[in-house]
Amino acid sequence: MADLGELLRGAAAGERLALARLLTAIENDAPGLHETLPAIFAAGHQAHVVGITGPPGSGKSTLVDALTDEWRRRGRRVGIVAVDPSSPYTGGAIMGDRIRMMDHAADGDVFMRSMASRGELGGVAAATWMASAALDAAGYDPILIETVGAGQSEIEIARLAETTVVVEVPEMGDEVQAIKAGLLEVADLLVVNKGDRPGADLAARHLRAMLSTAGGRILRKPPPIMLTTATSGKGVAALVDAIDEHRSAARSPLQATARAQNQLRRALADLALRRASHDGDWEDVVQSVAKRDVDPISAAERLLGPEKTG
Amino acid sequence: MTDETRSTEDRTTPIRVLIAKPGLDGHDRGAKVLARGLRDEGFEVIYTGLRQTPEMIADAAEQEDVDVVGLSILSGAHMTLLPRVVQLCRERGMDDVLIAAGGIIPDADVTKLKEAGIAEVFGPGTSIGQIATYFRDHARRRA
Repeated sequence: MADLGELLRGAAAGERLALARLLTAIENDAPGLHETLPAIFAAGHQAHVVGITGPPGSGKSTLVDALTDEWRRRGRRVGIVAVDPSSPYTGGAIMGDRIRMMDHAADGDVFMRSMASRGELGGVAAATWMASAALDAAGYDPILIETVGAGQSEIEIARLAETTVVVEVPEMGDEVQAIKAGLLEVADLLVVNKGDRPGADLAARHLRAMLSTAGGRILRKPPPIMLTTATSGKGVAALVDAIDEHRSAARSPLQATARAQNQLRRALADLALRRASHDGDWEDVVQSVAKRDVDPISAAERLLGPEKTG
Repeated sequence: MTDETRSTEDRTTPIRVLIAKPGLDGHDRGAKVLARGLRDEGFEVIYTGLRQTPEMIADAAEQEDVDVVGLSILSGAHMTLLPRVVQLCRERGMDDVLIAAGGIIPDADVTKLKEAGIAEVFGPGTSIGQIATYFRDHARRRA
């Protein structure tokens, strides 16, 4: 593998294979990556990072394709990272997000990368964040991170983005689904896709009614709810407008601070896990916990070393 | 951690494979079966769908930085399309990417395809396990 600094220079100069190989190094947590990270972040142009998440089958890939069409019409260069789950048993994955994106395959101003989540040890949230930094360094803006909104790590990926778009469908269930905590709460923009289906307006109304501000206990105002039909492009231009508009709100000091806290929390957790799992004691400590000789919290403290005081 | 099957020492990264269907084939059952089989063998499989031009395939292979490109073709246009994929990939600097083919390809054409840079041709009756083993043995090794 080529030197990472060289790959970064190539990526910044528009060499697509260099960018692709830099992304591989990020994915594989290649040796020397952490030394190159400051340079990758410094080479960025402050691209708008947009997370797109939602349940499987809600039309995220089709919507990303439609959004890409619209941004390309507006002369923007679009970077995409699409995350799919790895099998916890075999480590394998099938990534099919390109199927909807092949119209853009030969467009030099669209770059799409599929990423498998590779389990928690790999730190997929951190990897996608670094990948978006690499795409930023290569001059793509906006950068879309598409994930399956199936679990906590996907929500975390969304929270690292500046603007989080949650995609739902009319058939998402009754209104109780809409008041459940979780995915909907992290949305900056809520999209009801498949707007041509019966019940789409009703679903949007339910969401609007349910996403209250919890009697003033949640400071952020409820997200706008938008109706799209990704297959026809209906509502997509308005969604692009809304995402672009959200960019400045996302960079307000309050939001930037909240995001920085999430990013730091994530980075700290990854770092601690990385250090501890490379520690020679790891297997012993795991076994002690398995045998109930020690509780997991004390074991974690043992791996991280004593707490600093003062 | 619920993951019992992987120890922390196991840091080998999965092999990335692009499965693509060049040309005008109308069905992709075989390609999908292969994609799923390879997933179960621990590969990361990127599937691009039907009716791809060689340019689209080379572009996808480049962006995804795959280790292996698997081309599935049933239409009979393999002598035109497959060497073109190889040529485009090599032109873009993907010198070390393994490019293999599968589908309905007459024996007489296999030699010519190999001369054109197709590493191996898998005909009907090949098991997923054989393909997985071949990919593991011949895909480039990452640093």
